[in-house]
Amino acid sequence: MLETRDILETISMIQDENLDIRTVTMGISLLDCIDSNIDVACQNIYNKITNKAKNLVSVCQGIEKELGIPIINKRISVTPIAMIAAATHSKDVVKFALTLEKAARAVGVNFIGGYSALVQKGFAAGDKELIESIPEALSVTDHVCSSVNIGSTKTGINMDAVAMMGKVVRRAAELTADRQCIGAAKLVVFCNAPEDNPFMAGAFHGPGEPDCVINVGVSGPGVVRAALARPEAQSLDLSGVADLIKRTAFKITRMGQLVAMRASERLGVQFGIVDLSLAPTPAVGDSVAHILEEIGLESVGACGTTACLAMLNDAVKKGGVMATSHVGGLSGAFIPVTEDAGMIDAARSGALTIEKLEAMTAVCSVGLDMINIPGDTPSEVISALIADEAAIGMVNSKTTAVRVIPAIGLEVGEELDFGGLLGSGPVMPISGYSPLKFINRGGRIPAPLQSLKN
Amino acid sequence: MKAVLTVVGKDAVGILAKVSTECAKYNVNILDVSQSILQDMFCMIMIGDVDKLNVPFGEFSDAMAKMGDEINMSIHVMHEDLFNSMHRI
Repeated sequence: MLETRDILETISMIQDENLDIRTVTMGISLLDCIDSNIDVACQNIYNKITNKAKNLVSVCQGIEKELGIPIINKRISVTPIAMIAAATHSKDVVKFALTLEKAARAVGVNFIGGYSALVQKGFAAGDKELIESIPEALSVTDHVCSSVNIGSTKTGINMDAVAMMGKVVRRAAELTADRQCIGAAKLVVFCNAPEDNPFMAGAFHGPGEPDCVINVGVSGPGVVRAALARPEAQSLDLSGVADLIKRTAFKITRMGQLVAMRASERLGVQFGIVDLSLAPTPAVGDSVAHILEEIGLESVGACGTTACLAMLNDAVKKGGVMATSHVGGLSGAFIPVTEDAGMIDAARSGALTIEKLEAMTAVCSVGLDMINIPGDTPSEVISALIADEAAIGMVNSKTTAVRVIPAIGLEVGEELDFGGLLGSGPVMPISGYSPLKFINRGGRIPAPLQSLKN
Repeated sequence: MKAVLTVVGKDAVGILAKVSTECAKYNVNILDVSQSILQDMFCMIMIGDVDKLNVPFGEFSDAMAKMGDEINMSIHVMHEDLFNSMHRI
């Protein structure tokens, strides 16, 4: 029998603590759409996406109504377009981005990800053309997201790709300078990119995935913070805090599992994974930074931040793992600056710096995410920042990523405002010393040893 | 299939009557009711059998929410599976 206390707890999680399903993402393989004629390939892609995902939005809306739980985004991820573009030998790969945009609009999803290339060990046919087209593709579309995997623990880091990506990130911001540089906010540079990630901007449908699959990303930082803010939680030691986070993460993830199973059943599509994530939004009370502050820091960015985040990230995974049959994606606590009210405040006050964020990425689920950097930052500095972040991921066998937005025309302290889930935030200072010679060397950083760990 | 209805708002005469009349209109059989008054806030949880619902679930849920607005109460209808999955292993 249902207990009143449980019912009220669930309702207050949803109504007062911003609990929601962040995204139901349908992964669609485009491998069977390949054609040497780019126009035929684009038509195949449009047909496949609009066929597979035609009911995605309506089914999700039905589940929202029935369970009384908001599903904020419905998204699609596709096979990295570089693999499809390779067969066409075309220079005009932006056509694929326009096709994805058209398909996204036709089925009514919020984002479509997969304008991507996997170049961790080197460039195959189609990869360079696609990477070079990313800035234009992101400036002529609204829903398309792009990602490039430039390194992995097994392959090392492709520094030629890193050098390219510094320029691409900058160019993406420049081409959209009249729109808050939004292009760069839709572009992620990965090391160890997961192939089943439902979260944007880094979602793509890996080549090892099935033809069509449903992946679900949960949210819920507000629920964890609220649990830690209760009077009875004030006297807990850190073992107690970790246990409380685990219990809360379990409940959040169960909800994700339920939604994933329903969606997969009703769409007749295989269930892939639940991504056990604490994904913040700019809304008050939905912040990962505020969880760390609730644990006992005056502000995120203080000494102790990395330790608290490590515990939070681990406890979220431990709690979530038992609640779902398949875990995947990025799973863990996200620390995007502009998407998190607590991070924004700490960045404004100077309590949080890029250097501290970099340390935090060694223990969180992703990386340097949604950080505004000065508009005059040279591309080699962005490349070097990507290399630093990729090195952390490569050595620690974890996913890391960089999504920075060069705020064209703006200086430290001025702000970009993207609106919606992407939020807003100040331009943060970044080291001005030059890594130019290092970046110009090119080549590959060899894969690290997996033994002799210290 | 069971639905959980929660009704929260300022206490007034006839809330239970109005909510149960509306449920009857949609052929929902009320299985259990628990209610309490905290200070002057009325808080009621109803478990209803929605197997013989005469409209789609979403429509029933919208209708209850709309009726809640009319009597200044916040009414939410949710499927029991959500609670079972979150609070049971």
